[in-house]
Amino acid sequence: MSVFGNGALGRVVRSGVGRRRVQTLVIAVATMMAVASAVVAGSLMVAAAAPFDHAFGRQRGAHITAQFDPAKASAAQLAGTGNLDGVTASAGPYPSTAFRPVDRTGFQMPTLTLVGRSGPDGDVDRVELKSGRWAQKPGEIVLGASFEGPSFEIGSSLRTSDTANAPTLSIVGFAVSASRTADAWAVPEQVDALAAQGSPVTSQMLYRFDSAGTARQILADRAKLAAAVGPGAMLGTQSWLDTKRAADQGAAATVPFVMAFGVLGIVMSVIIVSSVISGAVGTSLRRIGILKAIGFTPREVVRAYVAQALIPAGAGIAVGVVLGNVLAVPLLSDTESVYGTVSLSVAWWVDIAVPAAALLVVALAALVPALRAGRLHTVEAIAVGRAPRTGRGQWAHRALGRLPLPRPVTYGLATPFTHPVRALAMLLAVAFGTVAATFAVGLTSSLSAVGSSQDPESRAAVTVTTVRLNSMAPPPPPPVAGEAPSPSPASSTATTSRPKVADPAKVRAAIKSVAGLKSYYGKLQTDVAVAGVSGSVQASLYEGDSRAGSYDMLSGHWITSRGQVVVPSRFLERTSTKVGDTVRLTYEKESADLRIVGETFDTSGNELEIHADMADFPSARPDTFLVDVDSGVSADEYAQKVAALVQPLGGDATTVPPADQKGVILIMDAMAVLLTLMLVSVAGLGVLNSVVLDTRERVHDLGVCKAIGMSPRQTVSLVLASVAAIGVIGGLLGVPVGYLLHRLVMPVMGRAVGTSMPASVIDVYGPGQLLLLGLGGVVLAMLGALVPASWAARTRTATALRTE
Amino acid sequence: MNQVIELEGVSKRYDSAGTPALGPLTLSIAQGEALAVTGPSGSGKSTLLNLIAGLDKPTDGAVIVAGRRIDQLSEHALAKFRREYIGMAFQFFNLLDDLTVIDNIQLPAQLTGTSRRAAATRAHELMEMLGIQKHARAYPGRLSGGERQRVGVARALINRPALLLADEPTGALDTASGHDVRDLLVDLHRGGQSIVLVTHDLALAEACASRTIHLVDGHLALDTYARAVR
Repeated sequence: MSVFGNGALGRVVRSGVGRRRVQTLVIAVATMMAVASAVVAGSLMVAAAAPFDHAFGRQRGAHITAQFDPAKASAAQLAGTGNLDGVTASAGPYPSTAFRPVDRTGFQMPTLTLVGRSGPDGDVDRVELKSGRWAQKPGEIVLGASFEGPSFEIGSSLRTSDTANAPTLSIVGFAVSASRTADAWAVPEQVDALAAQGSPVTSQMLYRFDSAGTARQILADRAKLAAAVGPGAMLGTQSWLDTKRAADQGAAATVPFVMAFGVLGIVMSVIIVSSVISGAVGTSLRRIGILKAIGFTPREVVRAYVAQALIPAGAGIAVGVVLGNVLAVPLLSDTESVYGTVSLSVAWWVDIAVPAAALLVVALAALVPALRAGRLHTVEAIAVGRAPRTGRGQWAHRALGRLPLPRPVTYGLATPFTHPVRALAMLLAVAFGTVAATFAVGLTSSLSAVGSSQDPESRAAVTVTTVRLNSMAPPPPPPVAGEAPSPSPASSTATTSRPKVADPAKVRAAIKSVAGLKSYYGKLQTDVAVAGVSGSVQASLYEGDSRAGSYDMLSGHWITSRGQVVVPSRFLERTSTKVGDTVRLTYEKESADLRIVGETFDTSGNELEIHADMADFPSARPDTFLVDVDSGVSADEYAQKVAALVQPLGGDATTVPPADQKGVILIMDAMAVLLTLMLVSVAGLGVLNSVVLDTRERVHDLGVCKAIGMSPRQTVSLVLASVAAIGVIGGLLGVPVGYLLHRLVMPVMGRAVGTSMPASVIDVYGPGQLLLLGLGGVVLAMLGALVPASWAARTRTATALRTE
Repeated sequence: MNQVIELEGVSKRYDSAGTPALGPLTLSIAQGEALAVTGPSGSGKSTLLNLIAGLDKPTDGAVIVAGRRIDQLSEHALAKFRREYIGMAFQFFNLLDDLTVIDNIQLPAQLTGTSRRAAATRAHELMEMLGIQKHARAYPGRLSGGERQRVGVARALINRPALLLADEPTGALDTASGHDVRDLLVDLHRGGQSIVLVTHDLALAEACASRTIHLVDGHLALDTYARAVR
């Protein structure tokens, strides 16, 4: 204890810390929670800020991934391109091919790019193994980490195609390439072996350039490569800027959200820690007077009281850093599983900056009242608590005493006016807690609305298909930002053998024949050509009234008749069209000019799905029917009855499982819940501390009240009433601020992923919900006051009366 | 004669290993009696008062006040009991500084659920009786010691308690104020109020009490009856 000066000072500090156990605990716990939430928020902010850039830099990602025709450019010629002016590093050539593997259960996956590499390292694109090992011999394959799951595990196998004699590959590892240079890797001999079976092979070269920061520079670099190998040798290139843009779309959404929580957490931590510490010092004035009377100098008093705050705060900070790291890891792990690029550890400087800032805040918060205590005249300080209190709050007691409420309640209601600064700190704690809760509720509701808007089909009770469900492809692997979209289950009809397809007319008849049908519509997901757009575009064609399966609209309306098409914002941007314009769509050999009548809310990343009426394409037939049943009718029973009718025809029926939410939504939900719980807990501790201080100060008065007949229940109601008004006002302030914060952050999040937000995503609060959130402020205040209230009720009256 | 207080073999230990702070003590106090409890510091006077008020519980024995055995009551029941049967006046008044004089006086009545009007009427009646009517809207901090003690007594009497307990009621007062309070207690006793008065002041005990007990080290050393209250 020599750090506190002489032995007497050390003893004063130790006894002060030990004597006020509740306050010591509150300081420690409040600081711990504040630091833990700041570490979590800080680490997530760092992780969410630039996950792609970090991983790209670490892996020395490829600025350009180029595919060459091996027949037109030799390996030596390609290797020579690494010496071109401006190229700082190159790797390859690697043999590359595309294949559609079939897993052990017979499901065929989407087309994957397989690259032959003898190892994950190199001058460019140092692929990170997430689990398992690299392929060492033919017959082994490493898959992209996004495929890891129950269907694909290390040790399981897949066939290279759906042909009967296709070779089998054993999965030996899962890896991540930030540059997305491949979906799978094998040894070069394996790629050559696939080539021998007819798969076309190209040569992949990976380059890093000294200037590759802009699309113009990338184009110039690409031109150099094309010129070096001669005409027709370069088959295609992929720019790191496109990969980055796609990857950042997912990560960017989390930044405004984490920023909002981070700022909330930091502001609230400062308020709570300051009020806790200053309250602790403020209630010790009499003790300070006694210390000075027996010879302590003002400086020693200041040191003693700053130290008394720093000891529990230091312990809280240490535990908070550990807790923050422990809590951040699973969230970072979730982020990592989505982006495959994030470090699992909290940034080192977060672990240093947060505790340093917290110590500074605590020291400053303690210093101000400690200096005031140090300056106090000894007699003045000793007199504190002995002389009758005059002035502050008496008018409130007089006014509130007239309210037609039980006397303990009116007495309690007037209490905050005795300590306006303390009451203000408590009010801010409750208000910030309510802001956090309101924002979190709005955010999770919005994310839930986004989730359900992603899959309108899930609104139907029963799905009836024209093929057997187990002959359809499995769901695509988890979405990976920057990855090419996978075919959806409904559109993928790839099977190991050609399935029997039921006649849609007979399926329709079966649906109508089963009792309990409310409504249904038919749907075909297919590819169409759009004039002016290169490649194919995914389209959903609807038969019947499809309003039940409509997307949320940003503008215009859902298709109501033939001749109309509904498109996502990205389609409008890419085709430079607007709602009201006409586009030509071609399905198979049928073309139709359709008017754009609406803009859908589409969060599916880089997919470009449009929606039209099937009647515009006479040859189109639905392959899926989405059915709603009457209320009171069991969807399972209905589906079983329809299945019994359509299965002999080759079709199937099943109830629609709830839509799974996307990884990024789950991450944000988890973060919102965790950060809110922490912020609300810190707010509750702030209230607890203030009420503990108040109750301790008033323990003698409470003893008097109990002596003259106040029951324990009335004592509890008095203490709880002392925070009720603060809870109400905190709720009234916190709810609108949380509401406005939500309205501010959601559109920013939307812009980050390249879409506007429809009203259904923004207007998520109902009046009842807002009222409940407002009451949440009262509940928060009450919960914080409950412990000291019970303590006040339990305190022995005789003891309380003896307390000065 | 009805007994307002009966203590049967009551003892109180604060430290399980040490000697009892009080008792064992057996004592009865009759309705309308004014009992003065005297004795040196640490003799158990305040402990006895706390046990009778139900502010503390005996280690052994039974405490019966106004016909109810209070040592077995819950905290809630004790609080209700105190409101109804006991009024307390303290050495340092124990008034609530935030409340005006009338609000302090009314408080016990309001805790019992007495209507605002009835409580105010009774408070004014007591203030008039005790001569503090003009201070009704003042705060305790502005009153003299004697006036504050009168407010304390008025508060103690608001619910017309069967028993008034006074703990060193003149201990913090100057001589003149002490005499005022003494006269007040005498008047109350004459009016039939049962009183237990803890005091160091033998003159006060002699003036106010119809009976005096003297405690030494927690035991009853003397129990004397006065012929008549002066």
